[in-house]
Amino acid sequence: MSEDTATIGKSYFTPFNIIAGLIVIMGLVLTVIRFTGGLAATTNLSDYNPWGLWIGFDLLVGVALAAGGYVTSAAVYLFGMKKYHSAVRPAILTAFLGYALVVLALHYDVGRPWRLPYPFIVQQGTTSLLFEVGACVALYLMVLFIEFTPVPLEWLGFKHARNLVVKLTLLLTVFGVVLSTLHQSSLGALFLIAPSKLHPLWYSPYLPVYFFVSSIIAGLSMVIFESTLSFRFFKHKMDESHSAEKDTIALGFGKAASFVLAGYFIIKVIGISAGNQWHFLTTNYGLWYLVELLGFVALPCFFYAVGVRDKNVTLIKWTAFWTVIGVVINRFNVSMIAFNWHLPSSERYFPHWMEIGISVFIVTVGLIAFKFIVTRMPILYEHPEYKDAH
Amino acid sequence: MSISRRKFLGWLGAAGLSTTLSKAASAATTKHFTGYPDSVGVLFDNTRCIGCRKCEAGCNKVNELPAPDQSFDDLTVLAQQRRTTARAYTVVNRYDKVNHPKGPLYGKIQCNHCLEPACASACFVRAFDKTKIGAVTYDETVCVGCRYCMIACPFEIPTYEYYKALTPRVMKCTLCYPRISKGLLPGCVESCPTESLTYGKRRDLLRIARERIHRFPERYVDHIYGEHEMGGTSWLYLSAVPFREVGMREDLGVTPAPELTAGALSGVPIVVGMWPVLLTGIYAISKRKEKIASAEKEQAVTTAVEQAKAEAEAQLAEALAKAEEEKKKAIESEGQKALKEGDKPQAEEADKTETEEDS
Ligand code: SF4
Ligand code: SF4
Ligand code: SF4
Repeated sequence: MSEDTATIGKSYFTPFNIIAGLIVIMGLVLTVIRFTGGLAATTNLSDYNPWGLWIGFDLLVGVALAAGGYVTSAAVYLFGMKKYHSAVRPAILTAFLGYALVVLALHYDVGRPWRLPYPFIVQQGTTSLLFEVGACVALYLMVLFIEFTPVPLEWLGFKHARNLVVKLTLLLTVFGVVLSTLHQSSLGALFLIAPSKLHPLWYSPYLPVYFFVSSIIAGLSMVIFESTLSFRFFKHKMDESHSAEKDTIALGFGKAASFVLAGYFIIKVIGISAGNQWHFLTTNYGLWYLVELLGFVALPCFFYAVGVRDKNVTLIKWTAFWTVIGVVINRFNVSMIAFNWHLPSSERYFPHWMEIGISVFIVTVGLIAFKFIVTRMPILYEHPEYKDAH
Repeated sequence: MSISRRKFLGWLGAAGLSTTLSKAASAATTKHFTGYPDSVGVLFDNTRCIGCRKCEAGCNKVNELPAPDQSFDDLTVLAQQRRTTARAYTVVNRYDKVNHPKGPLYGKIQCNHCLEPACASACFVRAFDKTKIGAVTYDETVCVGCRYCMIACPFEIPTYEYYKALTPRVMKCTLCYPRISKGLLPGCVESCPTESLTYGKRRDLLRIARERIHRFPERYVDHIYGEHEMGGTSWLYLSAVPFREVGMREDLGVTPAPELTAGALSGVPIVVGMWPVLLTGIYAISKRKEKIASAEKEQAVTTAVEQAKAEAEAQLAEALAKAEEEKKKAIESEGQKALKEGDKPQAEEADKTETEEDS
């Protein structure tokens, strides 16, 4: 670790730092514009399109891709799959950062961000699914924070506090799964109230189930995808067990993802049949729906299965990447592309570059935080003092 | 013992889940709210409307909204289809392509003041209130600005002051709540020169509308829009042509918005109640499996150790027996070798079981 700080100290002007620095500067400028000029100055939102990229990407995609946290901790601590243990900490870290950034992003999106606690402290709109989402996200962020604290505590050397928190692991994991089930599905349920606006191929009473199941897929795939990236960029930070377990994790999670994708495919088809929406498949939206269903659900399901059978970790990694894209597309479809499909094209939404800029800024902040933590704290290796203490 | 009990609990949970689900579903569909008795509304009759935009002007005045870009006397704006905006609670549109002998028809758009408003059920801070009198009001002092109400409203009515940096509000028709509470007419109704707009108790308005259809069946389509749409609205409409031709959606259905989400909401207590039970059950099972596995491992290790020991002893004895025939020096060296070999398989065995356990 000390070597690393030394090398960082030598030159701050690594390509990563330069690009990240520029993005952060841009983000700060856009932030000023957003809070002085209002949403109209920075977004293409309109009365027809009240939700744009900051909900479609920052909230929906952000939460889905942060699902690795509850999926992994449930697998290891509840289902007793100890061999994936080394995946827990990176997944918890990603989830924690992911949710923290989702909450940050919401401050840009809502009109009066300082009132975000109002639904809890002033008046509770309990008939709203957004209330459920808000409450669960807020609580889960706290749970993730506590689940994460052993890392800085080990880093700082606070043994007692660390051991105390570790004792809560089981309770926190159960809590995390309950909260995640609720808000992952509620994000889909948000759109249940608008059957007249969302295209029938995407609108379904099963939306909450779809969102929950696909969050498992996203979580599993993100863990594989991320461990690939971590191995590439932070290899020197990994201890033996993390490097060694990397492929086991890819195979195990790939297998699980294949199964869940298969289930997801089936319930999607059931949904279309139950709603008898087959005739839409011949339209342009239908074509796009088939791209999503076949290209980003059926195909990765197949490739995961092949990858697991042939123990082809490279194939699994690429499939994980592909699957993640598929989940992004799905969330975009529900919140933007197939939403307001009935409107003439002049009234449809396309993000303003500044909206994209803020989203890129927020993701970059996440990467910087991830890098900062991973290069300093025991994420990809076990702290020597706590080996086998789990 | 503990496994079977947990399993049983798990099954119980699963069974409970399915029965609760079906109960919740039927509870959601049997609930039917037909609006507050004596609540008011407005009836709009497009056979009488001349598209003068006086209602727009009246609304602008009584609500003290900012002056419009083009004066309310300017009828050229009717060439385009417009919608409500943050500066206009109501707009009038002209529909040229209608199959109507007397030429184009007009439509007036504003909040319909649903009996069970989507906006109110969607708001997570309860900023909207369906008042007893019938108006759906909005409280800007609590609104967070999430704009979910705009997503939810099937009539695409609420608008937002996107251009305000710090104090944006949701803007929509209030049914002139402050005026009607005082017994005054809504601004738009008051300024309408042709009585296209009729204000009154919703019950009476329905009767009036039915009467008009009954007396002039050739003048109206036989439908009162708003009687049942989205569970019913306080604003009601009569039309000379099918409603879809005057820009009104006929595919909204009669299900009130809150029912669309009732199922998902009723899932919450089920998840909260059942997941922890199931998950601790699963945890207990995996823990038990682990225990059995570790017990088996221990067993395996002890057997291996015993075997290795026995082998080593046997070898030692053999070596000793052999040694009797050899010289004293040779005896010593042979004995040591045997001891070493005896140690090795023991260590290997232990290693092997450990790796098996790990994978
Ligand atoms: S028309 Fe829209 S804004 Fe008005 S009460 Fe109904 S749901 Fe709410
Ligand atoms: S924008 Fe305001 S009124 Fe509309 S749902 Fe959000 S908090 Fe409620
Ligand atoms: S009822 Fe009042 S607020 Fe609503 S459109 Fe008429 S004048 Fe405007």
